[in-house]
Amino acid sequence: MTVAIDRATGKRRGEPGPRPGLSRRIRYGYQKHWYAYAMIAPVAVVLGVLVFYPLVYGFYLTLTDANSLNSARTIGVNHIDATYKFIGLDNYKDVLFGQLSYDRFWSHFIWTVVWTVVCVTLHYTIGLGLALLLNQKFRGQTLYRVILVLPWAVPTFVTVFGWRFMLADSGIINAALHTLHLPQPQWLEDTFWQRFAAIMVNTWCGVPFMMLSLLGGLQAIDASLYEAAEMDGASAWQRFRYVTLPGLRSVSSTVVLLGIIWTFNQFAIIFLLFGNTAPDAQILVTWAYQLGFGQQPRDFAQSATYGILLLAILIVFTSFYRRWLNRNEQQLAI
Amino acid sequence: MSTTTVETSSAVTERPVAGAPRRRVRRRGEHGPVAALASHALLVVASLIAFFPVGWLVFLSLGPDKDDYLHPGQIWHTMTLDNYSFVLQHTSFFDWLKSTLIVVGGTTLIGVLIAATTGYAVSRMRFPGYRKFMWLLLLTQMFPIAVLIVPMYQIMSNLGLIDTYLGLVLINSTTIVPYCAWLLKGYFDTIPFEIDEAGRVDGLTPFGTFVRLILPLAKPGLAVAAFYAFLTAFGEVAFASTFMLSDDHYTFAVGLQSFVSEHDAQRNLMAATAVLIAIPVSAFFYLVQKNLVTGLTAGGTKG
Repeated sequence: MTVAIDRATGKRRGEPGPRPGLSRRIRYGYQKHWYAYAMIAPVAVVLGVLVFYPLVYGFYLTLTDANSLNSARTIGVNHIDATYKFIGLDNYKDVLFGQLSYDRFWSHFIWTVVWTVVCVTLHYTIGLGLALLLNQKFRGQTLYRVILVLPWAVPTFVTVFGWRFMLADSGIINAALHTLHLPQPQWLEDTFWQRFAAIMVNTWCGVPFMMLSLLGGLQAIDASLYEAAEMDGASAWQRFRYVTLPGLRSVSSTVVLLGIIWTFNQFAIIFLLFGNTAPDAQILVTWAYQLGFGQQPRDFAQSATYGILLLAILIVFTSFYRRWLNRNEQQLAI
Repeated sequence: MSTTTVETSSAVTERPVAGAPRRRVRRRGEHGPVAALASHALLVVASLIAFFPVGWLVFLSLGPDKDDYLHPGQIWHTMTLDNYSFVLQHTSFFDWLKSTLIVVGGTTLIGVLIAATTGYAVSRMRFPGYRKFMWLLLLTQMFPIAVLIVPMYQIMSNLGLIDTYLGLVLINSTTIVPYCAWLLKGYFDTIPFEIDEAGRVDGLTPFGTFVRLILPLAKPGLAVAAFYAFLTAFGEVAFASTFMLSDDHYTFAVGLQSFVSEHDAQRNLMAATAVLIAIPVSAFFYLVQKNLVTGLTAGGTKG
């Protein structure tokens, strides 16, 4: 049996009674909720087998010195057993505090944080600006929207190649800068400009999602609120500040969180833009991938260590974010 | 300030505003000529920026020489469709198309099917562990592929699933299912609970209610989830380039990269391939984008 829930409060009816014993609770819970469990079972199984088991296994790898030379592998008909050994928390110690840890971890960490903050800020502000422009009534609105969605419509792995052509040393961007007698940076070679280019391409790719989500949010704001504000003599800025922004709050908090998570974990753009070159422009995700798959011998243990650290950062961040939202009496509406 | 706004608005909505004739000449959202001009100017600039990289790719794909991207002026005089016919006739384009369709189709099907039951369960039923489960779904969104890709690789190779379509479909599903479940929960929440209750009164099991009553009503939501799954699986790069090893199993995402090395960086061919890939996907995207956005933000705008 499943329980109908009261929609307004989301609470089970007839709750709570005195707690019965554990075995009775389990039996009772099973009878009452087995439909629910049966329905989430497929997802639970898929996530369990393909996400949480690898996660545990990955965590185990971080405690070893596994790499592609000492892992179990099959060469032709010969099967070679794994010979890596347990080394405790040495990987974490090495990554976080070891020699060269600044070059190998902290510099990437700082760059990843900068990258996330800058990209999400740009996504949000540009997306909001365009959404506000598109939310007006005028001719050609649909056409603008169709064109502005283009960066999202074309698969990233296609457009990034387009950008590579443009950013090449004598590509169209540098040619244009040359005509304007401006300096022509080496977009794909110089560290600063690599980072600049990465942020530029990611902003270009990420704005449409924000724009459309916020446009949806804007259109859901009750028009009578604006009329009322206008009658009260609110200026355009006041209407924006006191009607639009609060009206967008729940969409905003959701898309900003998603944006942060997606940008922090953005793999495709940096990977496709630079490949295995540009070690300084790699964010933690692509750097971890490079350790695990982009070099010989493949360093599985270190790569997994980066991964666990990344996950820890995101979980801590999200918990704080949720708590902050709760304190402001907001709900995450995904 | 904000409180006064809210109070007056409720006062206003009590009167039948919607039916009343509007007296103002300039309607909401209409601006004077200067503001309108500025809006248009900004939008035109933004549209140009949005369009240019794609348009440039199309333009370059017409140039016959692999170095034409460095001196695009020449393309005007030598424009040709040769790149396209070469790609279609002499490369693995159709192999990649087949792999992509299998992987993307499989992912969409499996992903949406199992996300739907989950979405329904979390929308309608409160079971012990409900909150933890929702939190786990959000958590899996956060998993950096780098954490998983090494152990996944080893698990997949133990299972003999490296370089198989099934392996890639399963792995793609893990990223798609949690988000689709969230999406569908949002959609199921908009279907009145009374329908379930009516079904239950008529003697349907919860599962029967779901299949017979709710699924048919949720078709638009399912479509949105399917589009999302389709587009995500199509654009997936990391898993595909790690788990697909043989040329004829490549998806487009991997195949396009292989162009750089294998075909001596023949950028003209690459551009043509990119355009061939992008056109159908973008066309499909435009057909669905409006629904996609409504679906993606459905949960957000209600709150």
